[in-house]
Amino acid sequence: MTASAIIFYIISAFVLGAGLLAMTTRKIFRSAIWLLFSLIGVAALYFWLQVEFIAAVQIIVYVGGIVVLIIFSIFLTQQSGKEMPRQSLQRTIASGLAVLFGFGLTFLQIWKYNFQPTGKSFNWTVSKIGSQMLNTSTGGYALPFEVVSMLLLAAMVGCIVIAMKAPVATNGTADQQLLKKLDGKPEEELGITQISEV
Amino acid sequence: MSSVPMSHILFVSTALFFIGMYGLFTRRNMITMLMAIELILNSVNINFVVFNKYLYPDKLDGIFFTIFIITIAAAEAAVAIAIIINLYRSHRSIDVENASEMKW
Repeated sequence: MTASAIIFYIISAFVLGAGLLAMTTRKIFRSAIWLLFSLIGVAALYFWLQVEFIAAVQIIVYVGGIVVLIIFSIFLTQQSGKEMPRQSLQRTIASGLAVLFGFGLTFLQIWKYNFQPTGKSFNWTVSKIGSQMLNTSTGGYALPFEVVSMLLLAAMVGCIVIAMKAPVATNGTADQQLLKKLDGKPEEELGITQISEV
Repeated sequence: MSSVPMSHILFVSTALFFIGMYGLFTRRNMITMLMAIELILNSVNINFVVFNKYLYPDKLDGIFFTIFIITIAAAEAAVAIAIIINLYRSHRSIDVENASEMKW
Protein backbone atom coordinates (compact mmCIF):
# COMPACT_ATOMS: atom_id res chain seq x y z
CA MET A 1 0.00 0.00 0.00
CA THR A 2 1.54 3.25 -1.13
CA ALA A 3 1.34 6.65 0.53
CA SER A 4 -1.09 7.84 -2.16
CA ALA A 5 -3.49 5.01 -1.33
CA ILE A 6 -3.28 5.70 2.41
CA ILE A 7 -4.08 9.38 1.80
CA PHE A 8 -7.06 8.35 -0.33
CA TYR A 9 -8.49 6.08 2.38
CA ILE A 10 -8.03 8.78 5.05
CA ILE A 11 -9.79 11.37 2.86
CA SER A 12 -12.69 9.05 2.03
CA ALA A 13 -13.17 8.02 5.67
CA PHE A 14 -13.26 11.73 6.56
CA VAL A 15 -15.80 12.53 3.82
CA LEU A 16 -18.10 9.65 4.71
CA GLY A 17 -17.86 10.16 8.49
CA ALA A 18 -18.56 13.88 8.25
CA GLY A 19 -21.43 13.25 5.84
CA LEU A 20 -22.97 10.64 8.10
CA LEU A 21 -22.71 12.93 11.13
CA ALA A 22 -24.22 15.80 9.14
CA MET A 23 -27.23 13.65 8.34
CA THR A 24 -27.72 12.17 11.82
CA THR A 25 -26.90 14.87 14.38
CA ARG A 26 -29.95 16.49 15.89
CA LYS A 27 -28.60 20.01 16.33
CA ILE A 28 -29.07 21.88 13.07
CA PHE A 29 -26.06 24.15 13.40
CA ARG A 30 -23.73 21.19 14.02
CA SER A 31 -25.26 19.54 10.99
CA ALA A 32 -24.26 22.54 8.86
CA ILE A 33 -20.70 22.48 10.22
CA TRP A 34 -20.35 18.75 9.52
CA LEU A 35 -21.61 19.38 6.00
CA LEU A 36 -18.88 22.02 5.65
CA PHE A 37 -16.23 19.47 6.62
CA SER A 38 -17.66 16.89 4.25
CA LEU A 39 -17.53 19.36 1.34
CA ILE A 40 -13.94 20.28 2.21
CA GLY A 41 -13.17 16.54 2.16
CA VAL A 42 -14.68 16.25 -1.32
CA ALA A 43 -12.46 19.14 -2.42
CA ALA A 44 -9.47 17.25 -0.98
CA LEU A 45 -10.56 14.23 -3.02
CA TYR A 46 -10.44 16.38 -6.16
CA PHE A 47 -6.94 17.51 -5.20
CA TRP A 48 -5.98 13.85 -4.79
CA LEU A 49 -7.39 13.14 -8.27
CA GLN A 50 -5.22 16.02 -9.56
CA VAL A 51 -8.07 18.09 -10.96
CA GLU A 52 -7.14 21.23 -9.06
CA PHE A 53 -9.47 23.46 -11.05
CA ILE A 54 -12.59 21.59 -9.91
CA ALA A 55 -11.23 21.50 -6.36
CA ALA A 56 -10.84 25.29 -6.39
CA VAL A 57 -14.35 25.75 -7.82
CA GLN A 58 -15.70 23.37 -5.16
CA ILE A 59 -14.09 25.35 -2.34
CA ILE A 60 -15.16 28.73 -3.72
CA VAL A 61 -18.77 27.86 -4.56
CA TYR A 62 -19.71 25.22 -1.98
CA VAL A 63 -17.63 26.08 1.06
CA GLY A 64 -17.53 29.82 0.49
CA GLY A 65 -21.03 30.26 -0.89
CA ILE A 66 -23.62 27.61 -0.25
CA VAL A 67 -22.64 26.65 3.30
CA VAL A 68 -22.47 30.29 4.35
CA LEU A 69 -25.92 30.81 2.81
CA ILE A 70 -27.27 27.80 4.72
CA ILE A 71 -25.78 29.05 8.00
CA PHE A 72 -27.34 32.47 7.46
CA SER A 73 -30.74 30.91 6.81
CA ILE A 74 -30.38 28.82 9.99
CA PHE A 75 -29.77 32.01 11.95
CA LEU A 76 -32.79 33.65 10.33
CA THR A 77 -35.24 30.84 10.95
CA GLN A 78 -34.18 28.68 13.91
CA GLN A 79 -33.00 28.73 17.46
CA SER A 80 -29.73 27.04 16.59
CA GLY A 81 -29.11 25.58 20.04
CA LYS A 82 -32.39 23.70 20.12
CA GLU A 83 -32.48 20.03 19.20
CA MET A 84 -34.70 18.89 16.38
CA PRO A 85 -37.51 16.50 17.33
CA ARG A 86 -36.63 12.83 17.15
CA GLN A 87 -38.09 10.90 14.23
CA SER A 88 -40.20 7.84 14.80
CA LEU A 89 -38.28 4.57 15.07
CA GLN A 90 -40.36 3.04 12.30
CA ARG A 91 -39.38 5.73 9.83
CA THR A 92 -35.70 5.52 10.79
CA ILE A 93 -35.57 1.75 10.39
CA ALA A 94 -37.52 1.78 7.12
CA SER A 95 -35.36 4.47 5.54
CA GLY A 96 -32.17 2.86 6.87
CA LEU A 97 -33.13 -0.47 5.30
CA ALA A 98 -34.13 1.17 2.02
CA VAL A 99 -30.82 3.02 1.83
CA LEU A 100 -28.81 -0.08 2.79
CA PHE A 101 -30.43 -2.27 0.14
CA GLY A 102 -30.15 0.48 -2.46
CA PHE A 103 -26.49 0.86 -1.69
CA GLY A 104 -25.94 -2.90 -1.82
CA LEU A 105 -27.67 -3.23 -5.19
CA THR A 106 -25.84 -0.28 -6.75
CA PHE A 107 -22.42 -1.24 -5.49
CA LEU A 108 -22.93 -4.86 -6.52
CA GLN A 109 -23.47 -3.68 -10.10
CA ILE A 110 -20.32 -1.53 -9.97
CA TRP A 111 -18.31 -4.39 -8.48
CA LYS A 112 -19.53 -6.89 -11.09
CA TYR A 113 -18.89 -4.54 -14.00
CA ASN A 114 -15.31 -4.05 -12.80
CA PHE A 115 -14.34 -0.77 -14.48
CA GLN A 116 -10.80 -0.87 -15.83
CA PRO A 117 -8.95 2.43 -16.21
CA THR A 118 -7.37 2.99 -19.61
CA GLY A 119 -4.05 3.90 -18.02
CA LYS A 120 -3.51 6.95 -20.21
CA SER A 121 -2.60 10.13 -18.39
CA PHE A 122 -5.30 12.75 -18.00
CA ASN A 123 -3.91 16.07 -19.08
CA TRP A 124 -6.17 19.05 -18.78
CA THR A 125 -5.26 22.70 -18.56
CA VAL A 126 -7.39 25.67 -17.61
CA SER A 127 -6.85 27.22 -21.05
CA LYS A 128 -8.12 23.99 -22.67
CA ILE A 129 -11.23 24.08 -20.48
CA GLY A 130 -11.77 27.75 -21.29
CA SER A 131 -11.40 27.38 -25.06
CA GLN A 132 -13.74 24.40 -25.19
CA MET A 133 -16.24 26.18 -22.93
CA LEU A 134 -16.59 29.08 -25.39
CA ASN A 135 -16.29 27.02 -28.57
CA THR A 136 -19.32 27.17 -30.88
CA SER A 137 -18.33 24.25 -33.14
CA THR A 138 -18.85 20.53 -32.43
CA GLY A 139 -17.94 19.54 -28.88
CA GLY A 140 -18.07 23.12 -27.66
CA TYR A 141 -20.09 24.23 -24.66
CA ALA A 142 -20.99 27.78 -25.70
CA LEU A 143 -24.76 27.17 -25.73
CA PRO A 144 -24.96 25.56 -22.23
CA PHE A 145 -22.72 28.35 -20.97
CA GLU A 146 -25.18 31.00 -22.19
CA VAL A 147 -28.17 29.02 -20.91
CA VAL A 148 -26.58 28.72 -17.47
CA SER A 149 -25.87 32.45 -17.38
CA MET A 150 -29.55 33.11 -18.13
CA LEU A 151 -30.50 30.62 -15.41
CA LEU A 152 -28.32 32.41 -12.87
CA LEU A 153 -29.91 35.74 -13.79
CA ALA A 154 -33.41 34.27 -13.47
CA ALA A 155 -32.52 32.68 -10.12
CA MET A 156 -31.15 35.98 -8.81
CA VAL A 157 -34.28 37.92 -9.81
CA GLY A 158 -36.51 35.14 -8.50
CA CYS A 159 -34.74 35.07 -5.11
CA ILE A 160 -35.17 38.80 -4.66
CA VAL A 161 -38.86 38.67 -5.61
CA ILE A 162 -39.63 35.65 -3.40
CA ALA A 163 -37.75 36.82 -0.31
CA MET A 164 -38.92 40.44 -0.55
CA LYS A 165 -41.16 41.62 2.26
CA ALA A 166 -44.65 42.67 1.23
CA PRO A 167 -44.94 46.47 1.41
CA VAL A 168 -46.66 47.76 4.57
CA ALA A 169 -49.62 50.09 4.00
CA THR A 170 -49.00 53.47 5.69
CA ASN A 171 -50.07 57.06 5.19
CA GLY A 172 -48.11 58.25 2.18
CA THR A 173 -45.28 56.49 0.49
CA ALA A 174 -41.87 56.00 2.00
CA ASP A 175 -40.42 58.68 -0.28
CA GLN A 176 -42.83 61.32 1.03
CA GLN A 177 -42.08 60.46 4.65
CA LEU A 178 -38.38 60.66 3.92
CA LEU A 179 -38.81 64.07 2.30
CA LYS A 180 -40.78 65.32 5.29
CA LYS A 181 -38.13 64.08 7.65
CA LEU A 182 -35.35 65.69 5.67
CA ASP A 183 -36.92 69.13 5.22
CA GLY A 184 -39.18 69.44 8.18
CA LYS A 185 -41.60 71.40 6.01
CA PRO A 186 -45.32 70.73 5.59
CA GLU A 187 -46.35 68.80 2.53
CA GLU A 188 -48.14 71.70 0.82
CA GLU A 189 -44.99 73.72 0.41
CA LEU A 190 -43.23 70.85 -1.25
CA GLY A 191 -46.14 70.29 -3.62
CA ILE A 192 -46.44 66.61 -2.80
CA THR A 193 -50.15 66.62 -2.04
CA GLN A 194 -51.13 66.76 -5.70
CA ILE A 195 -49.04 63.73 -6.40
CA SER A 196 -50.51 61.79 -3.55
CA GLU A 197 -54.03 62.77 -4.59
CA VAL A 198 -53.40 61.25 -7.98
CA MET B 1 -2.23 6.65 -9.11
CA SER B 2 -3.31 3.13 -10.07
CA SER B 3 -2.61 1.91 -6.54
CA VAL B 4 -6.27 2.52 -5.70
CA PRO B 5 -8.71 0.53 -7.84
CA MET B 6 -11.49 2.50 -9.46
CA SER B 7 -14.21 0.62 -7.60
CA HIS B 8 -12.96 2.01 -4.27
CA ILE B 9 -13.44 5.59 -5.46
CA LEU B 10 -16.88 4.64 -6.79
CA PHE B 11 -17.62 3.10 -3.38
CA VAL B 12 -17.06 6.51 -1.77
CA SER B 13 -19.34 8.30 -4.20
CA THR B 14 -22.06 5.65 -3.92
CA ALA B 15 -21.90 5.70 -0.12
CA LEU B 16 -22.09 9.51 -0.10
CA PHE B 17 -25.14 9.37 -2.39
CA PHE B 18 -26.98 6.98 -0.09
CA ILE B 19 -26.01 8.90 3.04
CA GLY B 20 -27.68 11.89 1.40
CA MET B 21 -30.69 9.71 0.57
CA TYR B 22 -30.94 8.65 4.21
CA GLY B 23 -30.94 12.31 5.29
CA LEU B 24 -33.61 13.12 2.73
CA PHE B 25 -35.81 10.28 4.02
CA THR B 26 -35.47 10.89 7.76
CA ARG B 27 -35.20 14.67 8.07
CA ARG B 28 -38.31 16.80 8.13
CA ASN B 29 -36.64 20.19 8.42
CA MET B 30 -36.33 21.97 5.06
CA ILE B 31 -32.81 23.28 5.61
CA THR B 32 -31.45 19.84 6.51
CA MET B 33 -33.20 18.36 3.47
CA LEU B 34 -31.43 20.98 1.36
CA MET B 35 -28.13 19.86 2.90
CA ALA B 36 -28.94 16.26 1.95
CA ILE B 37 -29.49 17.36 -1.65
CA GLU B 38 -26.10 19.09 -1.64
CA LEU B 39 -24.44 15.84 -0.53
CA ILE B 40 -26.18 13.91 -3.32
CA LEU B 41 -25.04 16.43 -5.95
CA ASN B 42 -21.48 16.18 -4.63
CA SER B 43 -21.43 12.43 -4.99
CA VAL B 44 -22.58 12.78 -8.61
CA ASN B 45 -19.78 15.28 -9.23
CA ILE B 46 -17.19 12.82 -7.90
CA ASN B 47 -18.54 10.20 -10.28
CA PHE B 48 -18.30 12.51 -13.30
CA VAL B 49 -14.71 13.50 -12.53
CA VAL B 50 -13.57 9.92 -11.86
CA PHE B 51 -15.13 8.50 -15.04
CA ASN B 52 -13.63 11.32 -17.07
CA LYS B 53 -10.18 10.89 -15.58
CA TYR B 54 -9.93 7.11 -15.76
CA LEU B 55 -12.09 6.04 -18.70
CA TYR B 56 -11.95 8.97 -21.15
CA PRO B 57 -8.73 10.84 -20.36
CA ASP B 58 -8.55 12.54 -23.75
CA LYS B 59 -11.88 14.33 -23.30
CA LEU B 60 -13.13 17.01 -20.91
CA ASP B 61 -16.90 16.45 -20.88
CA GLY B 62 -17.05 15.15 -17.28
CA ILE B 63 -15.27 18.28 -16.10
CA PHE B 64 -17.83 20.44 -17.90
CA PHE B 65 -20.74 18.54 -16.44
CA THR B 66 -19.25 18.97 -12.97
CA ILE B 67 -18.87 22.71 -13.47
CA PHE B 68 -22.44 23.08 -14.69
CA ILE B 69 -23.80 20.95 -11.84
CA ILE B 70 -21.97 23.11 -9.29
CA THR B 71 -23.41 26.26 -10.90
CA ILE B 72 -26.95 24.92 -10.93
CA ALA B 73 -26.59 23.70 -7.34
CA ALA B 74 -25.65 27.22 -6.26
CA ALA B 75 -28.69 28.71 -8.04
CA GLU B 76 -30.92 25.99 -6.59
CA ALA B 77 -29.68 26.57 -3.04
CA ALA B 78 -30.28 30.30 -3.34
CA VAL B 79 -33.84 29.88 -4.62
CA ALA B 80 -34.58 27.20 -2.00
CA ILE B 81 -33.41 29.43 0.82
CA ALA B 82 -35.51 32.33 -0.47
CA ILE B 83 -38.55 30.02 -0.47
CA ILE B 84 -37.69 28.76 3.04
CA ILE B 85 -37.44 32.30 4.41
CA ASN B 86 -40.73 33.24 2.78
CA LEU B 87 -42.37 30.11 4.24
CA TYR B 88 -40.99 30.90 7.68
CA ARG B 89 -42.55 34.37 7.52
CA SER B 90 -46.01 32.98 6.87
CA HIS B 91 -45.96 29.73 8.88
CA ARG B 92 -43.40 30.44 11.65
CA SER B 93 -41.99 26.97 10.95
CA ILE B 94 -39.95 25.27 8.22
CA ASP B 95 -41.06 21.73 8.93
CA VAL B 96 -42.46 20.11 5.80
CA GLU B 97 -45.25 18.46 7.77
CA ASN B 98 -46.58 21.86 8.85
CA ALA B 99 -46.62 23.32 5.35
CA SER B 100 -49.70 21.47 4.18
CA GLU B 101 -51.39 24.32 2.31
CA MET B 102 -50.23 25.86 -0.92
CA LYS B 103 -50.90 29.49 0.04
CA TRP B 104 -51.15 31.08 3.47
